Amino acid sequence: MLMILDYGMGNIASVYNMVKKVGGICKILDDKSEIFKASKLIIPGVGAFDHGIKQLQSSGFFDAIQKIAETGTPILGICLGMQLLSKKSEEGMLNGLSLIDAEFKKFSFDNSFPLRVPHVGWNAVDVVKVNKLMPLDKSEQRFYFTHSYHAVCNNQKDVIATSFYGYNFVCAYHHENIYGVQFHPEKSHRFGMALMKRFCEV
Amino acid sequence: MLMHRVIPCLLLKNGGLVKSFKFGNPKYVGDPINAIRIFNDKEVDELIVLDIEASKFRREPNYSLIEEFAGECFMPLTYGGGIKTVEQARHLFSIGVEKISIQTGALESLKLISDIAALYGNQSVIVSIDIKRNFFGHIRLYSASSGRTNDLNWLSFMKHAIDAGAGEIMLNAVDRDGTMAGMDISLIRQFAENCGIPLIAVGGVGRIEDIKAAVDNGASAVAAGAFFVFHGPHRAVLITYPKYNDLIALLDKKQ
Repeated sequence: MLMILDYGMGNIASVYNMVKKVGGICKILDDKSEIFKASKLIIPGVGAFDHGIKQLQSSGFFDAIQKIAETGTPILGICLGMQLLSKKSEEGMLNGLSLIDAEFKKFSFDNSFPLRVPHVGWNAVDVVKVNKLMPLDKSEQRFYFTHSYHAVCNNQKDVIATSFYGYNFVCAYHHENIYGVQFHPEKSHRFGMALMKRFCEV
Repeated sequence: MLMHRVIPCLLLKNGGLVKSFKFGNPKYVGDPINAIRIFNDKEVDELIVLDIEASKFRREPNYSLIEEFAGECFMPLTYGGGIKTVEQARHLFSIGVEKISIQTGALESLKLISDIAALYGNQSVIVSIDIKRNFFGHIRLYSASSGRTNDLNWLSFMKHAIDAGAGEIMLNAVDRDGTMAGMDISLIRQFAENCGIPLIAVGGVGRIEDIKAAVDNGASAVAAGAFFVFHGPHRAVLITYPKYNDLIALLDKKQ
Protein backbone atom coordinates (compact mmCIF):
# COMPACT_ATOMS: atom_id res chain seq x y z
CA MET A 1 0.00 0.00 0.00
CA LEU A 2 1.41 3.36 -1.01
CA MET A 3 1.42 5.65 1.99
CA ILE A 4 1.66 9.41 2.22
CA LEU A 5 3.37 10.65 5.34
CA ASP A 6 1.49 13.14 7.50
CA TYR A 7 3.97 14.79 9.84
CA GLY A 8 2.11 18.06 10.20
CA MET A 9 3.90 19.84 7.37
CA GLY A 10 0.97 20.57 5.17
CA ASN A 11 -0.40 19.66 1.82
CA ILE A 12 -0.93 15.93 2.04
CA ALA A 13 -4.39 16.54 0.58
CA SER A 14 -3.07 17.56 -2.85
CA VAL A 15 -0.72 14.59 -3.06
CA TYR A 16 -3.51 12.22 -1.98
CA ASN A 17 -5.88 13.68 -4.58
CA MET A 18 -3.36 13.32 -7.38
CA VAL A 19 -2.46 9.72 -6.53
CA LYS A 20 -6.14 8.87 -6.62
CA LYS A 21 -6.59 10.79 -9.86
CA VAL A 22 -3.95 8.65 -11.57
CA GLY A 23 -5.64 5.52 -10.34
CA GLY A 24 -3.39 4.74 -7.40
CA ILE A 25 -4.53 3.40 -4.06
CA CYS A 26 -3.04 5.13 -1.08
CA LYS A 27 -3.46 5.79 2.59
CA ILE A 28 -2.40 8.67 4.77
CA LEU A 29 0.14 7.61 7.36
CA ASP A 30 0.11 9.45 10.66
CA ASP A 31 0.99 6.64 13.08
CA LYS A 32 4.58 5.41 13.00
CA SER A 33 3.60 1.88 13.96
CA GLU A 34 1.81 1.55 10.61
CA ILE A 35 4.87 2.47 8.56
CA PHE A 36 5.89 -1.16 8.03
CA LYS A 37 2.71 -1.72 6.05
CA ALA A 38 3.93 0.75 3.45
CA SER A 39 5.05 -0.79 0.17
CA LYS A 40 6.02 2.71 -0.93
CA LEU A 41 6.20 6.03 0.90
CA ILE A 42 5.73 9.62 -0.25
CA ILE A 43 7.08 12.37 2.00
CA PRO A 44 5.50 15.66 0.95
CA GLY A 45 6.22 18.95 2.61
CA VAL A 46 6.02 22.67 2.59
CA GLY A 47 8.06 24.56 5.08
CA ALA A 48 11.27 25.08 6.91
CA PHE A 49 13.93 22.39 7.28
CA ASP A 50 14.48 22.39 11.05
CA HIS A 51 10.77 22.47 11.75
CA GLY A 52 10.35 19.48 9.43
CA ILE A 53 13.10 17.52 11.18
CA LYS A 54 11.65 18.30 14.59
CA GLN A 55 8.21 17.14 13.46
CA LEU A 56 9.71 13.87 12.22
CA GLN A 57 11.60 13.36 15.47
CA SER A 58 8.73 14.15 17.80
CA SER A 59 6.38 11.83 15.93
CA GLY A 60 8.90 9.00 15.90
CA PHE A 61 8.96 8.99 12.11
CA PHE A 62 12.62 10.00 11.85
CA ASP A 63 13.90 6.58 12.96
CA ALA A 64 10.98 4.71 11.39
CA ILE A 65 11.76 6.13 7.93
CA GLN A 66 15.43 5.20 8.23
CA LYS A 67 14.41 1.65 9.16
CA ILE A 68 12.08 1.08 6.22
CA ALA A 69 14.62 2.70 3.88
CA GLU A 70 17.02 -0.08 4.85
CA THR A 71 14.49 -2.68 3.72
CA GLY A 72 14.45 -1.18 0.21
CA THR A 73 11.01 0.42 0.37
CA PRO A 74 10.80 3.07 -2.39
CA ILE A 75 10.57 6.53 -0.85
CA LEU A 76 9.75 9.73 -2.79
CA GLY A 77 10.47 13.06 -1.12
CA ILE A 78 8.73 16.14 -2.54
CA CYS A 79 10.16 19.61 -2.00
CA LEU A 80 10.72 19.80 1.78
CA GLY A 81 10.44 16.00 1.77
CA MET A 82 13.36 15.89 -0.69
CA GLN A 83 15.39 18.17 1.63
CA LEU A 84 14.68 16.01 4.68
CA LEU A 85 16.07 12.91 2.92
CA SER A 86 19.46 14.61 2.53
CA LYS A 87 22.31 15.10 5.01
CA LYS A 88 21.84 18.75 5.85
CA SER A 89 20.57 22.12 4.62
CA GLU A 90 21.78 25.70 4.89
CA GLU A 91 18.22 26.49 5.90
CA GLY A 92 18.66 24.81 9.28
CA MET A 93 21.00 23.48 11.92
CA LEU A 94 19.77 19.91 12.34
CA ASN A 95 20.83 16.78 10.48
CA GLY A 96 18.64 15.33 7.76
CA LEU A 97 17.68 11.68 7.38
CA SER A 98 20.95 11.21 5.44
CA LEU A 99 19.41 8.65 3.10
CA ILE A 100 21.15 10.22 0.12
CA ASP A 101 24.56 11.89 -0.12
CA ALA A 102 23.38 15.42 -0.85
CA GLU A 103 23.10 18.80 0.83
CA PHE A 104 20.93 21.85 0.28
CA LYS A 105 22.18 25.35 -0.40
CA LYS A 106 20.37 28.65 -0.81
CA PHE A 107 20.09 30.12 -4.28
CA SER A 108 22.78 32.76 -4.59
CA PHE A 109 23.53 35.00 -7.49
CA ASP A 110 26.23 37.56 -7.99
CA ASN A 111 25.25 41.21 -7.92
CA SER A 112 25.43 41.67 -11.66
CA PHE A 113 22.28 39.62 -12.23
CA PRO A 114 20.43 39.04 -8.97
CA LEU A 115 17.33 36.96 -9.47
CA ARG A 116 14.47 36.99 -6.98
CA VAL A 117 14.40 34.30 -4.31
CA PRO A 118 12.37 32.14 -3.71
CA HIS A 119 12.32 30.52 -7.11
CA VAL A 120 8.58 30.43 -7.74
CA GLY A 121 6.71 29.28 -10.79
CA TRP A 122 6.79 26.91 -13.70
CA ASN A 123 10.18 25.95 -15.03
CA ALA A 124 11.48 23.50 -17.60
CA VAL A 125 13.10 20.34 -16.28
CA ASP A 126 15.94 18.60 -18.14
CA VAL A 127 16.10 14.88 -17.53
CA VAL A 128 19.77 13.84 -17.62
CA LYS A 129 19.65 10.08 -17.29
CA VAL A 130 17.29 7.15 -17.52
CA ASN A 131 15.16 6.96 -14.40
CA LYS A 132 11.86 5.62 -13.17
CA LEU A 133 10.08 8.94 -12.70
CA MET A 134 10.40 10.90 -15.94
CA PRO A 135 11.05 9.91 -19.55
CA LEU A 136 14.47 10.55 -21.05
CA ASP A 137 13.20 11.74 -24.40
CA LYS A 138 13.07 15.24 -25.79
CA SER A 139 9.51 15.71 -24.59
CA GLU A 140 8.80 18.91 -22.73
CA GLN A 141 8.87 18.50 -18.99
CA ARG A 142 7.80 21.42 -16.85
CA PHE A 143 6.82 21.54 -13.24
CA TYR A 144 5.90 24.02 -10.50
CA PHE A 145 8.69 25.08 -8.20
CA THR A 146 8.53 27.09 -5.01
CA HIS A 147 11.72 27.02 -2.98
CA SER A 148 14.72 29.01 -1.83
CA TYR A 149 17.12 26.10 -1.31
CA HIS A 150 18.30 23.58 -3.88
CA ALA A 151 20.11 20.26 -3.77
CA VAL A 152 23.79 19.70 -4.37
CA CYS A 153 24.65 16.05 -4.93
CA ASN A 154 28.02 14.77 -3.79
CA ASN A 155 27.64 11.82 -6.15
CA GLN A 156 26.89 12.96 -9.71
CA LYS A 157 25.34 9.57 -10.54
CA ASP A 158 22.47 10.45 -8.20
CA VAL A 159 21.35 13.38 -10.38
CA ILE A 160 18.38 12.52 -12.58
CA ALA A 161 17.18 15.98 -13.61
CA THR A 162 18.23 19.60 -13.54
CA SER A 163 16.55 22.94 -14.06
CA PHE A 164 17.85 26.44 -14.69
CA TYR A 165 17.41 29.53 -12.55
CA GLY A 166 20.44 31.76 -12.93
CA TYR A 167 22.44 28.56 -13.06
CA ASN A 168 21.78 24.86 -13.52
CA PHE A 169 20.71 23.15 -10.33
CA VAL A 170 19.70 19.61 -9.38
CA CYS A 171 15.93 19.29 -9.23
CA ALA A 172 15.53 15.53 -8.97
CA TYR A 173 17.79 12.88 -7.47
CA HIS A 174 17.76 9.16 -6.94
CA HIS A 175 19.84 6.65 -5.03
CA GLU A 176 18.76 2.98 -4.85
CA ASN A 177 15.26 3.15 -3.35
CA ILE A 178 15.40 6.85 -2.45
CA TYR A 179 13.90 9.46 -4.82
CA GLY A 180 13.61 13.20 -4.39
CA VAL A 181 12.00 15.92 -6.50
CA GLN A 182 12.34 19.63 -5.79
CA PHE A 183 9.23 20.63 -7.72
CA HIS A 184 5.64 19.81 -6.78
CA PRO A 185 4.20 17.09 -8.99
CA GLU A 186 0.89 17.42 -7.13
CA LYS A 187 0.71 20.99 -8.43
CA SER A 188 1.97 20.37 -11.95
CA HIS A 189 -1.07 19.24 -13.90
CA ARG A 190 -0.49 16.47 -16.35
CA PHE A 191 3.29 16.53 -15.91
CA GLY A 192 2.88 15.77 -12.23
CA MET A 193 0.24 13.15 -12.93
CA ALA A 194 2.62 11.33 -15.28
CA LEU A 195 5.35 11.34 -12.62
CA MET A 196 3.03 10.16 -9.84
CA LYS A 197 1.75 7.38 -12.04
CA ARG A 198 5.30 6.22 -12.67
CA PHE A 199 6.12 6.28 -8.97
CA CYS A 200 3.03 4.17 -8.31
CA GLU A 201 4.46 1.66 -10.77
CA VAL A 202 8.00 1.60 -9.32
CA MET B 1 14.27 29.36 -17.58
CA LEU B 2 11.50 30.38 -15.21
CA MET B 3 8.27 31.39 -16.91
CA HIS B 4 6.40 34.47 -15.80
CA ARG B 5 3.16 33.30 -14.23
CA VAL B 6 -0.30 34.38 -15.37
CA ILE B 7 -2.79 33.83 -12.57
CA PRO B 8 -6.58 34.06 -12.46
CA CYS B 9 -7.66 35.84 -9.31
CA LEU B 10 -11.12 34.96 -8.04
CA LEU B 11 -13.03 36.92 -5.43
CA LEU B 12 -15.37 35.23 -2.98
CA LYS B 13 -18.30 36.77 -1.18
CA ASN B 14 -20.73 34.60 0.77
CA GLY B 15 -19.44 31.52 -1.00
CA GLY B 16 -20.18 32.96 -4.43
CA LEU B 17 -17.80 34.22 -7.07
CA VAL B 18 -17.97 38.01 -7.52
CA LYS B 19 -16.14 40.66 -9.46
CA SER B 20 -15.57 44.14 -8.10
CA PHE B 21 -15.02 47.48 -9.77
CA LYS B 22 -12.37 49.66 -8.10
CA PHE B 23 -12.92 47.50 -5.03
CA GLY B 24 -16.64 48.33 -4.92
CA ASN B 25 -19.92 47.01 -6.31
CA PRO B 26 -19.19 43.33 -6.21
CA LYS B 27 -21.26 41.70 -8.94
CA TYR B 28 -22.22 38.03 -8.68
CA VAL B 29 -20.47 36.02 -11.37
CA GLY B 30 -21.22 32.41 -10.57
CA ASP B 31 -20.33 29.27 -8.72
CA PRO B 32 -16.64 29.25 -7.75
CA ILE B 33 -16.26 25.45 -7.96
CA ASN B 34 -17.36 25.56 -11.57
CA ALA B 35 -14.90 28.33 -12.39
CA ILE B 36 -12.09 26.46 -10.65
CA ARG B 37 -12.89 23.27 -12.54
CA ILE B 38 -12.70 25.15 -15.82
CA PHE B 39 -9.41 26.81 -14.90
CA ASN B 40 -8.02 23.45 -13.86
CA ASP B 41 -8.97 21.95 -17.22
CA LYS B 42 -7.27 24.90 -18.92
CA GLU B 43 -4.12 24.12 -16.91
CA VAL B 44 -3.65 27.63 -15.55
CA ASP B 45 -0.32 28.38 -13.89
CA GLU B 46 -1.80 29.06 -10.46
CA LEU B 47 -5.03 30.22 -8.91
CA ILE B 48 -5.67 32.91 -6.30
CA VAL B 49 -8.91 32.94 -4.33
CA LEU B 50 -9.61 35.92 -2.07
CA ASP B 51 -12.50 36.20 0.36
CA ILE B 52 -13.28 39.90 0.22
CA GLU B 53 -15.41 40.01 3.36
CA ALA B 54 -13.56 37.80 5.81
CA SER B 55 -11.33 40.53 7.29
CA LYS B 56 -14.02 43.20 7.25
CA PHE B 57 -16.38 41.05 9.27
CA ARG B 58 -13.66 39.26 11.23
CA ARG B 59 -14.78 35.90 9.88
CA GLU B 60 -12.88 32.62 9.77
CA PRO B 61 -11.95 31.30 6.33
CA ASN B 62 -14.63 28.98 4.95
CA TYR B 63 -12.50 25.86 5.34
CA SER B 64 -14.93 23.32 3.90
CA LEU B 65 -15.42 25.40 0.76
CA ILE B 66 -11.70 26.01 0.40
CA GLU B 67 -11.04 22.30 0.84
CA GLU B 68 -13.44 21.65 -2.05
CA PHE B 69 -11.53 24.16 -4.16
CA ALA B 70 -8.19 22.55 -3.32
CA GLY B 71 -9.57 19.16 -4.25
CA GLU B 72 -10.22 20.43 -7.77
CA CYS B 73 -6.82 22.05 -8.30
CA PHE B 74 -3.77 20.31 -9.67
CA MET B 75 -1.93 23.61 -9.73
CA PRO B 76 -0.97 25.83 -6.80
CA LEU B 77 -3.81 27.48 -4.95
CA THR B 78 -3.35 30.67 -2.96
CA TYR B 79 -6.01 31.67 -0.48
CA GLY B 80 -6.39 35.07 1.15
CA GLY B 81 -9.01 36.65 3.36
CA GLY B 82 -9.25 37.01 7.10
CA ILE B 83 -6.04 35.24 8.05
CA LYS B 84 -4.89 36.56 11.42
CA THR B 85 -3.27 33.57 13.17
CA VAL B 86 -0.68 30.89 12.54
CA GLU B 87 -3.29 28.24 13.37
CA GLN B 88 -5.51 29.45 10.51
CA ALA B 89 -2.52 29.21 8.18
CA ARG B 90 -1.74 25.70 9.42
CA HIS B 91 -5.32 24.62 8.81
CA LEU B 92 -5.31 26.07 5.29
CA PHE B 93 -2.03 24.32 4.36
CA SER B 94 -3.36 21.03 5.67
CA ILE B 95 -6.40 21.13 3.37
CA GLY B 96 -4.35 21.67 0.21
CA VAL B 97 -3.74 25.41 -0.03
CA GLU B 98 -0.21 26.07 -1.30
CA LYS B 99 0.23 29.68 -0.23
CA ILE B 100 -1.67 32.15 1.89
CA SER B 101 -2.09 35.82 1.19
CA ILE B 102 -2.31 38.25 4.07
CA GLN B 103 -3.04 41.97 4.09
CA THR B 104 -4.98 43.23 7.10
CA GLY B 105 -3.20 40.66 9.24
CA ALA B 106 0.19 41.95 8.05
CA LEU B 107 -0.76 45.63 8.48
CA GLU B 108 -1.80 44.82 12.04
CA SER B 109 1.27 42.74 12.84
CA LEU B 110 4.45 42.05 10.87
CA LYS B 111 5.11 39.26 13.36
CA LEU B 112 2.33 37.22 11.75
CA ILE B 113 4.47 37.03 8.61
CA SER B 114 7.57 35.85 10.48
CA ASP B 115 5.66 33.35 12.59
CA ILE B 116 4.11 31.68 9.56
CA ALA B 117 7.34 31.83 7.51
CA ALA B 118 9.34 30.29 10.36
CA LEU B 119 7.15 27.18 10.36
CA TYR B 120 6.10 26.88 6.75
CA GLY B 121 8.83 28.70 4.84
CA ASN B 122 8.87 32.14 3.24
CA GLN B 123 7.47 30.81 -0.03
CA SER B 124 4.18 30.03 1.72
CA VAL B 125 3.42 33.68 2.62
CA ILE B 126 2.30 36.31 0.14
CA VAL B 127 1.84 39.82 1.50
CA SER B 128 -0.83 41.66 -0.42
CA ILE B 129 -0.47 45.41 -0.79
CA ASP B 130 -3.36 47.50 -2.13
CA ILE B 131 -2.53 50.92 -3.53
CA LYS B 132 -4.81 53.81 -4.33
CA ARG B 133 -3.58 57.04 -5.87
CA ASN B 134 -4.78 60.18 -4.13
CA PHE B 135 -6.13 63.35 -5.72
CA PHE B 136 -2.61 64.40 -6.71
CA GLY B 137 -1.81 60.97 -8.15
CA HIS B 138 0.46 60.01 -5.27
CA ILE B 139 0.72 56.41 -4.12
CA ARG B 140 -1.15 55.69 -0.89
CA LEU B 141 -1.41 52.40 0.96
CA TYR B 142 -5.02 51.23 1.10
CA SER B 143 -6.63 48.89 3.56
CA ALA B 144 -9.35 46.89 1.84
CA SER B 145 -11.00 45.77 5.05
CA SER B 146 -11.44 49.31 6.37
CA GLY B 147 -12.02 50.89 2.98
CA ARG B 148 -9.58 53.68 3.78
CA THR B 149 -6.09 54.77 2.90
CA ASN B 150 -3.42 54.40 5.50
CA ASP B 151 -0.74 56.93 6.46
CA LEU B 152 1.95 54.27 6.56
CA ASN B 153 4.64 54.74 3.93
CA TRP B 154 4.17 52.06 1.25
CA LEU B 155 7.87 51.54 0.62
CA SER B 156 8.79 51.06 4.25
CA PHE B 157 5.82 48.73 4.79
CA MET B 158 6.92 46.63 1.82
CA LYS B 159 10.53 46.51 3.06
CA HIS B 160 9.40 45.54 6.56
CA ALA B 161 7.16 42.83 5.11
CA ILE B 162 10.08 41.44 3.11
CA ASP B 163 12.41 41.58 6.13
CA ALA B 164 9.75 39.83 8.19
CA GLY B 165 9.88 36.90 5.79
CA ALA B 166 7.32 37.42 3.03
CA GLY B 167 7.92 35.13 0.05
CA GLU B 168 6.08 37.23 -2.53
CA ILE B 169 4.41 40.62 -2.77
CA MET B 170 1.03 40.93 -4.48
CA LEU B 171 0.53 44.50 -5.65
CA ASN B 172 -3.04 45.53 -6.36
CA ALA B 173 -3.85 48.81 -8.09
CA VAL B 174 -7.26 49.58 -6.57
CA ASP B 175 -8.07 52.30 -9.10
CA ARG B 176 -7.63 49.85 -11.99
CA ASP B 177 -9.53 46.96 -10.42
CA GLY B 178 -12.23 45.60 -12.73
CA THR B 179 -11.74 48.37 -15.27
CA MET B 180 -9.80 46.28 -17.80
CA ALA B 181 -8.30 49.66 -18.79
CA GLY B 182 -4.64 48.68 -18.50
CA MET B 183 -2.36 48.21 -15.51
CA ASP B 184 -0.68 50.99 -13.53
CA ILE B 185 2.73 50.48 -15.09
CA SER B 186 4.57 53.24 -13.26
CA LEU B 187 3.31 51.79 -9.96
CA ILE B 188 4.54 48.34 -10.94
CA ARG B 189 7.93 49.74 -11.92
CA GLN B 190 8.33 51.63 -8.64
CA PHE B 191 7.56 48.54 -6.62
CA ALA B 192 9.69 46.27 -8.81
CA GLU B 193 12.73 48.51 -8.39
CA ASN B 194 12.51 48.13 -4.64
CA CYS B 195 11.39 44.53 -4.35
CA GLY B 196 13.91 41.70 -4.17
CA ILE B 197 11.30 38.97 -3.89
CA PRO B 198 8.79 37.83 -6.55
CA LEU B 199 6.21 40.49 -7.36
CA ILE B 200 2.69 39.66 -8.56
CA ALA B 201 0.97 42.61 -10.23
CA VAL B 202 -2.81 42.77 -10.35
CA GLY B 203 -5.41 45.31 -11.40
CA GLY B 204 -6.48 46.49 -14.83
CA VAL B 205 -5.54 43.75 -17.30
CA GLY B 206 -7.78 44.24 -20.33
CA ARG B 207 -5.67 42.84 -23.14
CA ILE B 208 -2.99 40.20 -23.31
CA GLU B 209 -0.47 42.95 -24.11
CA ASP B 210 -1.11 44.41 -20.65
CA ILE B 211 0.40 41.25 -19.19
CA LYS B 212 3.54 41.70 -21.25
CA ALA B 213 3.80 45.37 -20.27
CA ALA B 214 3.71 44.45 -16.59
CA VAL B 215 6.35 41.74 -17.03
CA ASP B 216 8.58 44.07 -19.05
CA ASN B 217 8.41 46.56 -16.17
CA GLY B 218 9.49 44.17 -13.47
CA ALA B 219 6.51 42.03 -12.48
CA SER B 220 7.43 38.38 -11.86
CA ALA B 221 3.82 37.37 -12.37
CA VAL B 222 0.51 38.94 -13.36
CA ALA B 223 -2.88 38.16 -11.86
CA ALA B 224 -6.22 39.16 -13.30
CA GLY B 225 -9.88 38.81 -12.45
CA ALA B 226 -12.16 40.54 -14.91
CA PHE B 227 -9.94 39.66 -17.87
CA PHE B 228 -10.47 35.93 -17.34
CA VAL B 229 -14.08 36.09 -16.25
CA PHE B 230 -15.75 38.64 -18.51
CA HIS B 231 -16.00 38.87 -22.23
CA GLY B 232 -17.08 41.65 -24.55
CA PRO B 233 -18.35 45.19 -24.02
CA HIS B 234 -21.33 44.04 -21.97
CA ARG B 235 -19.12 42.02 -19.63
CA ALA B 236 -20.86 38.71 -20.20
CA VAL B 237 -19.52 36.00 -17.93
CA LEU B 238 -17.18 33.68 -19.78
CA ILE B 239 -14.23 31.88 -18.23
CA THR B 240 -11.18 32.10 -20.48
CA TYR B 241 -7.42 31.67 -20.24
CA PRO B 242 -4.79 32.13 -22.96
CA LYS B 243 -3.32 29.04 -24.58
CA TYR B 244 0.08 28.00 -23.26
CA ASN B 245 1.77 28.49 -26.63
CA ASP B 246 0.33 32.01 -26.90
CA LEU B 247 1.74 32.89 -23.48
CA ILE B 248 5.16 31.52 -24.46
CA ALA B 249 5.11 33.58 -27.65
CA LEU B 250 4.12 36.65 -25.65
CA LEU B 251 6.46 36.37 -22.69
CA ASP B 252 9.38 34.11 -23.52
CA LYS B 253 12.60 36.03 -22.99
CA LYS B 254 14.41 34.09 -25.68
CA GLN B 255 12.22 35.51 -28.41
